[in-house]
Amino acid sequence: MFYQHNYLRLLCPVKAIKESASLERKSKTEFPLFRYDMSLELFTFILFLGAIAAGFLGSLTGLGGGVVVIPLLTLGFGVDMRYAIGAALVTSIASSSGAAAAYIKEGITNVRIGMFLEIATTTGAVIGAVIAIWLDKKYIALIFGCVLIFSAIRTITKKEDKIDPSAPADKLAEKLKLNGSYPTKEGVVNYKVQNVAAGYSLMTLAGVLSGLLGIGSGALKVLAMDTAMKIPFKVSTTTSNFMVGVTAAASAVIYLQRGYIDPGLAMPIVVGVLLGAFFGSKLLPKVNVKKLRLLFSVVIFFLAISMIYNGFTGKL
Amino acid sequence: MKHIFSREFWGERDVEQYIGKLLRYGVMLSCAITIFGGIIYLYQHKGIMVDYSPVPTGMSFGVDEYLRELNTIFPRMLHFDGAAIVQFGVLVLIATPIIRVAFSAFSFLIEKDYLYVVITLIVLAIILANMLLGLH
Repeated sequence: MFYQHNYLRLLCPVKAIKESASLERKSKTEFPLFRYDMSLELFTFILFLGAIAAGFLGSLTGLGGGVVVIPLLTLGFGVDMRYAIGAALVTSIASSSGAAAAYIKEGITNVRIGMFLEIATTTGAVIGAVIAIWLDKKYIALIFGCVLIFSAIRTITKKEDKIDPSAPADKLAEKLKLNGSYPTKEGVVNYKVQNVAAGYSLMTLAGVLSGLLGIGSGALKVLAMDTAMKIPFKVSTTTSNFMVGVTAAASAVIYLQRGYIDPGLAMPIVVGVLLGAFFGSKLLPKVNVKKLRLLFSVVIFFLAISMIYNGFTGKL
Repeated sequence: MKHIFSREFWGERDVEQYIGKLLRYGVMLSCAITIFGGIIYLYQHKGIMVDYSPVPTGMSFGVDEYLRELNTIFPRMLHFDGAAIVQFGVLVLIATPIIRVAFSAFSFLIEKDYLYVVITLIVLAIILANMLLGLH
């Protein structure tokens, strides 16, 4: 985990020559931005600031903390992909649980939909975490890159509710009592849930991805609920947030047992992201997030490309 | 104050708000433990150089063995091992949504919605089985 810094190497010409060769190789790579020659205190401090920024941007853009934490750690700090995923999982739990209290107050989370689909996501999360242990890191980087691009596109595309109240409800949805209603300014809106089986399958996939990548995969969860199950956007967003924490907890257990959750990373990341998300949620009603989202999506897109590239050249 | 085991108490929206508060307290508690442990951790490892650089897949990898399970984390925590305290804070964080699911099972039971009691218990069973079987 650590190596004791040897200041004597500066006084020792033979060793210095040996090490200069490897330093030269490192300086050619653009990423990571920071590496090695940093004390724990400085590393923790810079990481803490980075985590505040990640939490802030994640909450303003709705992408969530986990998506930002992985590129920050791998590309920014040269941390092994698996430690980055472990830290992101813990971040996802923290930000989802922290936000859930606010969402529940609004009374639009459909706990039944959430709980039923959690069977799918937790099963998927366990499968994903097991795959992550055996799969080569470069494929994980590739999949992560693709999910990042997908999330970036989803952030900037317009979201519209296509609810047809006259559509017949799914029989399974009726049996499972998934249909619900939520309050709006114009009165209570009723909605009927469609394509339960398709939604369930997509949720299993979302679970696999969050176990594999350590992210909440909120974008995919919302897609499953919006597009397949025709759940109104307001309900699907909050219900997805409700599910993220439980899904992440299911895979975090495996990551912890494998030793992929490092306390030295977890501490600044969790505290920093929570602080950043708190500031973000305070600022959210006051800023125009549209331009910010567009800008951030472009950044995420380029991060995705470099994740894929660095993954395949074996730098992650 | 309504009785905690009465149907009225669990039937109202209040219960969801209590659960929301539970989640927030869980996160705050975990944060406090993590910050406390983190300060001790920084003090105990003062001046050390960090190295989290990538290790190829298949090679031995991961944090110290004792940081991987509660029954080894706990005794080290009592010895004020910073890393163990931070890891305990992380465990509290992981436990928070799991406890929330358990609360939901209880609230469905009071509502006499037995189908959802079963569904909630399935979710809990998947997580607990995963925890107990482990993958060592």
